[in-house]
Amino acid sequence: MEILVCVKRVPDTAENEIEVNRDGSDIERDDLVYSVNEWDNYAVEEAIQIVDKVGGAVTVVSFGDEDSEEVVRREMAMGANNGILVSDDGFEGSDGKGIATILKSVVEKGNYDLILTGAQADDGAGQIGGMLAAMMDVPFASVVNFIEVVNDSQLKVGREIEGGNQEMNEIALPCVLSIQTGINEPRYVGIRGIRKVASVDIPVWGASDLGIDVSSVGESGAAVKRVDYFVPELGDGAEILEGSSEEIAAKLIDLLKAKGGIK
Amino acid sequence: MESVLISPAAATVAGIPTKIFSILIPVVGVAIFAYIMFRRIQPLVKAAPDERFCCIWTRIGLTIKIWLAQWRQPRYLLAGIIHILIFAGFIILGARSTQLVILGFSENFVLPGFSGNFGQFYNVLKDYAATWVLIACVIAAVRRGIFKPARYAVPPRYGKDHTAEAIFVLGLISTLILTESLFEASLVAAGTQKGLHAEFPAPLSLAWFFSHMLSGASQSSLQHTHLISYFIHDLTFFFFLCFLPLGKHFHVITSIFNVFFMRVEKGNVKPVRYGIPDERLDDLDSFGVKVFEDFTWKHMLDFYSCADCGRCSDRCPANAVGRPLSPRFISIKGRDYAFKHYPLIGGNGAEAKPLMGDLYDEDEIWSCTTCGACEQECPLGIEYIDKMVDLRRGMVDDGLVPQSLQKPLSALEKRGNPWGKMERKRADWTTALADGNRVKILEKGAVAETLYFVDSITSFDDRMQEIARCTAQILNAAEIDFGILGKTEKDSGHEARRFGEEMLYQDLRDQNTEAILNSGVQRIVTADPHAFNALKKDYSGLPPVEHISQTIVRQVRSGRIQLKSVEDPAKVYAYHDACYLGRHNNVYDAPRDAIDSIPGINRIEMTGNCRDRSFCCGGGGLMLFYEPEEEQRMGVLRVQMAQTSGANVIVTACPFCLVNIEDAIKVSGLEGQMEALDLTELITQHIITEDRGQRSEVSGRSNSSNSS
Repeated sequence: MEILVCVKRVPDTAENEIEVNRDGSDIERDDLVYSVNEWDNYAVEEAIQIVDKVGGAVTVVSFGDEDSEEVVRREMAMGANNGILVSDDGFEGSDGKGIATILKSVVEKGNYDLILTGAQADDGAGQIGGMLAAMMDVPFASVVNFIEVVNDSQLKVGREIEGGNQEMNEIALPCVLSIQTGINEPRYVGIRGIRKVASVDIPVWGASDLGIDVSSVGESGAAVKRVDYFVPELGDGAEILEGSSEEIAAKLIDLLKAKGGIK
Repeated sequence: MESVLISPAAATVAGIPTKIFSILIPVVGVAIFAYIMFRRIQPLVKAAPDERFCCIWTRIGLTIKIWLAQWRQPRYLLAGIIHILIFAGFIILGARSTQLVILGFSENFVLPGFSGNFGQFYNVLKDYAATWVLIACVIAAVRRGIFKPARYAVPPRYGKDHTAEAIFVLGLISTLILTESLFEASLVAAGTQKGLHAEFPAPLSLAWFFSHMLSGASQSSLQHTHLISYFIHDLTFFFFLCFLPLGKHFHVITSIFNVFFMRVEKGNVKPVRYGIPDERLDDLDSFGVKVFEDFTWKHMLDFYSCADCGRCSDRCPANAVGRPLSPRFISIKGRDYAFKHYPLIGGNGAEAKPLMGDLYDEDEIWSCTTCGACEQECPLGIEYIDKMVDLRRGMVDDGLVPQSLQKPLSALEKRGNPWGKMERKRADWTTALADGNRVKILEKGAVAETLYFVDSITSFDDRMQEIARCTAQILNAAEIDFGILGKTEKDSGHEARRFGEEMLYQDLRDQNTEAILNSGVQRIVTADPHAFNALKKDYSGLPPVEHISQTIVRQVRSGRIQLKSVEDPAKVYAYHDACYLGRHNNVYDAPRDAIDSIPGINRIEMTGNCRDRSFCCGGGGLMLFYEPEEEQRMGVLRVQMAQTSGANVIVTACPFCLVNIEDAIKVSGLEGQMEALDLTELITQHIITEDRGQRSEVSGRSNSSNSS
């Protein structure tokens, strides 16, 4: 099975203190560390496991600037067979539809049976998978937490439903799935693994390689534009506890007791 | 001397000279034994290299102490004494058994050097040795067969009980002893009957009793006893020899080698592969132990040498709290694998199969805190830490790392600390120093004589930052010119290495080494035993490293630090030995001396569980992130030990111990009854600061480049 996994490089929320920059257009990015979006990492692991079972190859694609190459490399260290970086100055400022358009042209350059994305990204809107499927006119399942290959043309997929319920579906290939965390236990990628793929050539595809008119994507083609970025004001009834971890915990316990949450 | 009985070298049975048998038995016995040993050596030949020929004199010393003098045996008193008696008997009776074998075809044979006075002395000694070995065998058999100490039990998941094997071997030894004594006693009884002067067995020895019992027997029955006991002895002896390499009694043969090749240095970790320097590690196809043949030959010898005595597991904190790890079965399973895949007959070393998930489980290998209690206890010098690290290296290389550890490992890679905190906040603890205290940050040309290496937990954890501040206060009080690296300090990588992420450790080590050497300091002090061990044992080329407890003792002795009387004389203090201070670095006395230098303090020992028998608090570094399967926390058991010994304050000298023990006090609901504090906190509480004015001036001058 030929599988394409779309991955994104995001600021690691666990290892950064995210602050909004002064003019409120973005977060402060000077002192950030990045990693592969957590959901995408589960998607790559799932793809590798499928290929281990039924054969085929896993290709990882990332859309972003040249720094995104590091996440492609990391996923290749994990076991993906091929990597592609999609990067072009003209792509900057693309909205979700623009990114989906670009990824669609990546898909068309290959012969993929299955396309996986993360269910969402730490800094994203969870929209690419669905849009990509619609543009490609293939079926789509979101928040997938189980995949079983039935045969060459069909998968059985499980989806997580709000409230902790589970549903099972049969879906025809080719299709797009957005993957939920917890579907597997992604393997560890150590420094040694990354070094092993350090010299592997990762092709960079721009607008001309993909035959895309940059005016249809990028900032000029974007129909959704971010107008503000801020930390919300405290609303009525909201309270931020302050102090050391222990003090915060003690206050929280007092509050819970006071409101009858615990006895 | 003319013999009164026909010796096995001269006798005939149904016209056949028995000499034939007494030649045939040793020849066949030795041939089979040599073949078995040849097969047993096969996996060792295919094993990974190991360097065990350094420090020959230390090794000879260890062999004399731990093998010959059985130094570690009495740590378990009754079993130890029984073993020493049997072991000494084996050593003494080895000569007699050799003589007996040769007597079978060479009449009146005496071993070279065993004639004359020494021979007479030896004959008395061996009679008594045989006697005490028999008594020891009976006690051991009763103990194993009737009392059945819990230590020997084999949980079903690990295999089958070995009590039958143990008792069978005790029977073999007893048979050897009884037949040797009967062989001699029948000769003496016959001589006495003929009125000849015979060398009488040592009074009250087994042979002496037998010779009295046989004094009335007929000449012919004495002759039969003499020959039959000889051949039973001969057969048993060679059967036993060939039986040894088939089970846990292999240690009788391998122990001397295993002890000779045992770990000579503590606290260190073996290189990924002996003979491959760090810069060539990238050339290796695989890291660590994935298949059996990835173990080094010494580690395989460890498997062969395990006597299944269960001392390691009895002292293992992971085993005590019900984690899926019992070090004893790391060895026994390894041995059984070798026996199965390198059988005595048939093909050697079937296809290499991954050990993980087959012989060992991932959780089993992650459960180890590398506390070293097992290695400290093993009377045979078997190693576990390096095996754990090697197996983890293999898992890391294959990506088999639990999710709970992946985050901190990734944070170590990106931020240089397992919490993923911002590098620039590493020195933030200095913003809340006590009055008059300053801490230099060794950047932008600032210099100091001493580096205080803080390490991650003490830099970033709210509670543990107090250790950093107290350490700074102690160093200031002692007027030591010191500084910290600030944001250029990275995690020491101590646990990254012990959790198998060697390349990450090497990156951290290289960054720290460069920062430390660039700072130009002449010595290093740390309050974190894990950092202490890393800088001392893992790193190289650094200035001398000291733990804060050692600094405190020296400064108290020189009078630069003066301590006032204990604040609350009603409190009873117990010091908890940190593994990486005590067992791995032999720093047992400095923390105790530091505590005792507080006038009036009441410090007690957790008798039986202190010093090199300290019980791990639950493990440090990455072990704080690992989510083990366990029935309870190690720290909870540790707090119970302290409480049982009568203490109400547990003094630690390690931030990880403090985290674990404070948590354990909370989960045990003992808040208010038990408390834990770090040595640096205890000392800081008692420092006399009357001359603070003068001291502030000193520290003010030396601390012009204050923290951010």
